[in-house]
Amino acid sequence: MTAADDQPLLVAEGLSKWYGRQLGCRAVSLDLYQGEVLAIVGESGSGKSTLLQLLSSQLEPSAGRVLYRMRDGVTRDLAQLGEAERRFLFRTDWGYVHQEPIRGLRMTVSAGANVGERLMAVGQRHYGNIRDTATDWLDRVEIDRSRIDDAPTTYSGGMRQRLQIARNLVTEPRLVFMDEPTGGLDVSVQARLLDLLRGLVADLGLAAIVVTHDLAVARLLSHRIMVMKDGETIESGLTDQVLDDPREPYTQLLVSSILPP
Amino acid sequence: MTAILEISGASKTFTMHLQGGMKLPVVASVELTVSPGECVVLGGPSGAGKSSILKMIFGSYRCDQGQILLRHHDAMVDVARAQPRQVIALRRHSIGYVTQFLRAVPRVAALDVVAEPLMMVGVARADARVKAGAMLSRLNVAERLWKLPPSTFSGGEQQRVNIARGFLAELPLLLLDEPTASLDAANRKIVVELIREKTLRGTAIVAIVHDDDVRAAIAHRIIDVTGFAAAA
Repeated sequence: MTAADDQPLLVAEGLSKWYGRQLGCRAVSLDLYQGEVLAIVGESGSGKSTLLQLLSSQLEPSAGRVLYRMRDGVTRDLAQLGEAERRFLFRTDWGYVHQEPIRGLRMTVSAGANVGERLMAVGQRHYGNIRDTATDWLDRVEIDRSRIDDAPTTYSGGMRQRLQIARNLVTEPRLVFMDEPTGGLDVSVQARLLDLLRGLVADLGLAAIVVTHDLAVARLLSHRIMVMKDGETIESGLTDQVLDDPREPYTQLLVSSILPP
Repeated sequence: MTAILEISGASKTFTMHLQGGMKLPVVASVELTVSPGECVVLGGPSGAGKSSILKMIFGSYRCDQGQILLRHHDAMVDVARAQPRQVIALRRHSIGYVTQFLRAVPRVAALDVVAEPLMMVGVARADARVKAGAMLSRLNVAERLWKLPPSTFSGGEQQRVNIARGFLAELPLLLLDEPTASLDAANRKIVVELIREKTLRGTAIVAIVHDDDVRAAIAHRIIDVTGFAAAA
């Protein structure tokens, strides 16, 4: 373990967001290290999606800040980044997997172009190399390579989601944000996607922040869990500790509300 | 020899908020020290808190009071107060836990389930798989099953996959919760051999075993946990 691994990749300090008088989230702090998967769980309206947008610099906080350790090892306040640096993060060092693949894909261009586009954004120009890498990534997310020239409009929901994941991971980001990545998919499709994600995250040593309302998803993917309610963190810790020994009344309610399979 | 595990004054109470805040005491003032190469079996009737103690050592259950010191590389770490990140590191390098049931991951082949802990500590996939195969063979899991996800296996087969996974990595402390519960006599004997080999190599073991023969064969000491009964 090198000294850099002892520094968190991302730190949030006292993040709050108000939409006028409506609270998004309040005083949320967390840190995330390389290779760590954090699940943010809670019901609709608990503030978890607001938090994800704040952490990924898509929303400006009303208070607090987010620090990120850049590839050069220097930790920066995201609010202080220039536009070019911010773009670099979005195009290269971060991935963002939306619940609806439509929001993360370009639906009218081919699957290969969807993956290749991210590579071109980081300066790759050689068509053959880009196509080879895209093909390789289709394999990794278990999409038949004969579908490389088809547009995602012809894909099923599960395939679209896998394509979105390939598009995000092709630039080898260090941090991936995921907003309900298995939401809206059939159970069998979910299982395949979860298994795929679990393998990729472990193989690539990714750090990830996964927003989900599904505790089974959190159990399978994450090392740590943060439980949110009414915009605030009410409990956090090791995933199995929070799920097997929940301390707060609300967490106990969440855990006890799951039907055993 | 310096201890692998030193528990002192450890207590645990569940507060059931959905049952009007009812307090459910589990264990109180647990004292336990385990040295390298020692196999300690926790005794006592069902509900006495044996499994809870294992979960507290592993960090799945929080510990309200006292400390649970665990040897990690050259230092002692208090699991009761460790940060999640430290506990994750402990589980990778210093402590293993074999439960009665396999938490099956969809679609992952039995061979990879077993090989995973080795890969987590940096063993190459091919090497880890060879070792995993050898362990599965030893536990009589037929080779035709290795490529299949264990969720469809019988209870006994799943348990053997779980044991193979738990025993493959060389960790200083191993927690076993009824590792032989659904095994036949021949496989029970193999698990007893595996446990003996582990302790001979210096691994410390804390186990829960209801089978009298197995307990007699592996236990260096039996600790009756009814002595740690929490006052209700």
